[in-house]
This record gives sequence, C-alpha cells and structure tokens, in this order.
Amino acid sequence: MIIRLFLRRAGLLAAGTVTGLSLLLAGCSPSSADHQQPDRLPVLGFKAAAPTSPGDTLPDPIPAFRLTDQMGQPVTNQTFAGKVYVTDFFFATCPSICPKMQSELLRVYRAFEDNPNVLFLSHTIDPAHDSIPVLRDYAERLGIQDAARWHFATAPHDTIFALARAYMTGAEVDRTVQGGFAHSGTFALVDSHRRVRGVYDGMVKEEVDRLIEELPLLLREEAAAQPTAAR
Amino acid sequence: MRPAGYFRWAAAGAFALTLGLSSCFTERQNEGAQLYAAHCASCHGDQGQGLERLIPGVAAADYVAQHRDELPCIVRKGLNGPLVVNGVEYNQVMPGHEDLTDSQITNLLNFLQTNWGNQNQPYTIREASDLLGRCNGSDGQ
Repeated sequence: MIIRLFLRRAGLLAAGTVTGLSLLLAGCSPSSADHQQPDRLPVLGFKAAAPTSPGDTLPDPIPAFRLTDQMGQPVTNQTFAGKVYVTDFFFATCPSICPKMQSELLRVYRAFEDNPNVLFLSHTIDPAHDSIPVLRDYAERLGIQDAARWHFATAPHDTIFALARAYMTGAEVDRTVQGGFAHSGTFALVDSHRRVRGVYDGMVKEEVDRLIEELPLLLREEAAAQPTAAR
Repeated sequence: MRPAGYFRWAAAGAFALTLGLSSCFTERQNEGAQLYAAHCASCHGDQGQGLERLIPGVAAADYVAQHRDELPCIVRKGLNGPLVVNGVEYNQVMPGHEDLTDSQITNLLNFLQTNWGNQNQPYTIREASDLLGRCNGSDGQ
C-alpha cells in the first residue's frame, strides 16, 4: 500500500514537473522560430451596426473623432488620410505601465522614423491633468519635438474611452489602482480606411517586434491599392 | 489519500522546478535584482537606463551616490517635483512603496548601489530602518 501510494505520488510529481518543464522551456526558446508571417493582415474589431447587406460582415471602422494635440492643433480622421497609424492610451503621471509602454512605442517610432506614411497617436486618459502644455512637455521629454509624426492628444473623457473601445484597448477610471486609471498597454495598428489591422501588447517586447515586422505588410497593401501614388 | 494531497505533490514538483530553472529568466538570483525587476524596471528600465528625459536612470547615477541617505525614504514615500540626475532635469511623479519591508528596501537599494556602474557603500538593514525612520517609513521588518 505504501509503495503503491509512493508510485502514485511519484507519477503525479513527474506529471507536475513535466508540465512545468515544458512551460518553462517554451519560455526559453525563441518565439519566432515557427512564426509564419501572414500575407495580409486581418481586419479586427467589433460589429455593432446592423449589416447593410448579407455580405457586410466587416467590423465597424474607427468612428469620426476630433482631438487636440500637444501643439494645440486639431487631430481628426483627416489627419491620418492616406496614412497608417499606431495608437495607444496613456497618461503623463502614470506610474505603472506607461513608461515601459511608451518606450516600446518609441522603438516602433524610431523603426519607421523615415517613413512619412506611418504616424503615431497617443491618447491621454487623464485629460483633467494632461493639459496641452503637459502633453507637450511629456512629448519633448520623450524626444518628440513636434507633432508632425506623433500626436499626443486629449479630448473629453467620454470621447477617449469610446475610442479606446474602438481601438480594442481597455481604459476606465479605477480609483483602486495607482494613478487612478486602469488601462491596458495595447497598441492598435490602423489602416487608411479606419480599420484596425493588428493589436499588440505594448508591454511585451516580442509583441512589439511583431508590430515592427507586420507594419510593412500593411504599407505594401496600401501602396498596391494606390499604384499611382508616390512612394 | 485525499485528492488534495495529489495537488500538493504536483504543485510542489512544479514549484521546485520553477526554482531550479529560474536562471532561464533572471540573470541574477538575489532578492534585490528581483525586487528591482518587479517594482522599478517598468519606469527606470530593465537595465536602470531610465527613459529619455522623462524618467531618470538609476545606472551610473550621481544621484544614487549623493542622496544615499534619502533613497530609503524616496522608495518608501515616492517623489514629486523636479530633480537633477547626471546634469539632466526630470519632473515626474514617482509612487511610494508601502508594500515593501525595510529589509526588502535594503536589498533593493544594495543591488542598485553596487551594480550598473554604481560603486557605493551598501546599507545594513538597521541603517536602512534608521533612515526610514526619518519619514516615519520604517516597518521594523
């Protein structure tokens, strides 16, 4: 009886360790080894509007918006006409994930610094604190001297939170967390037709690497759709 | 044998293995480095490099040497307002850490004081507790 018990225990112990081992070793191996790059990025999002036809199955596009950036200039959907952009949600005094997230977005920005067809849009989720001068100071300290390529934008709370949902990012007021706002570090990649084409966890380096890999796919698709446009 | 017993054994096995293989994930195994990774790295950088002119680095930082006596209270109570590190002015909010014990703050700061280009005198736990007393921040643990 004692031996049988021992064997059963040993078996479970082995099962536990094998499971643990495979999980752990998966973490050690490069994640991109079996990663196949798609030819075309999917269209992501939610469909709240009723279909206009049986074939109308695409998610809703990003709604029309009007924000104000760190230079006090309006930012609308027109700002991104004919471009692709990467967006996230942050606030200037965020003590938890924002610095890491913004340093990762800065990495993406630098990777595409020479391509005027790639823009960046960071929304503050704390518009009460993050005035235009605060946003401008934040941007300059991050090394972004003007808003030509990277807008740090503000708008009323309701506008920002509705946009966060559209960009598939979680953002809400939560007084129980440090800083007073709960939000995820999601980056959304948006095409020139206001459609979300990728979402990436801005807190995970490998996910941000994937964004840097996939963004040229979207640029190629956009260029192919406008064969006469100057590259 | 109750089912709960099996779970305990399986969990113990997985846990033992996690400990054994933790070198896959962390370069250093001491508590200070782990506390830094858990509580500081998101803002100050995984190598203490900081973030541009937004967040000061803690690697090779004159502030870490010059404000040695104040650092325990800064970790405990946080910081708000401008400060200069290596000649650059920063102005961000740093949150406090009431969740760390005196000895954890000691280990964390000793890691910083002796790594990444900082070569300063480490703290004893008693010294750190005394320094924390200045801001009523000592929990005596």
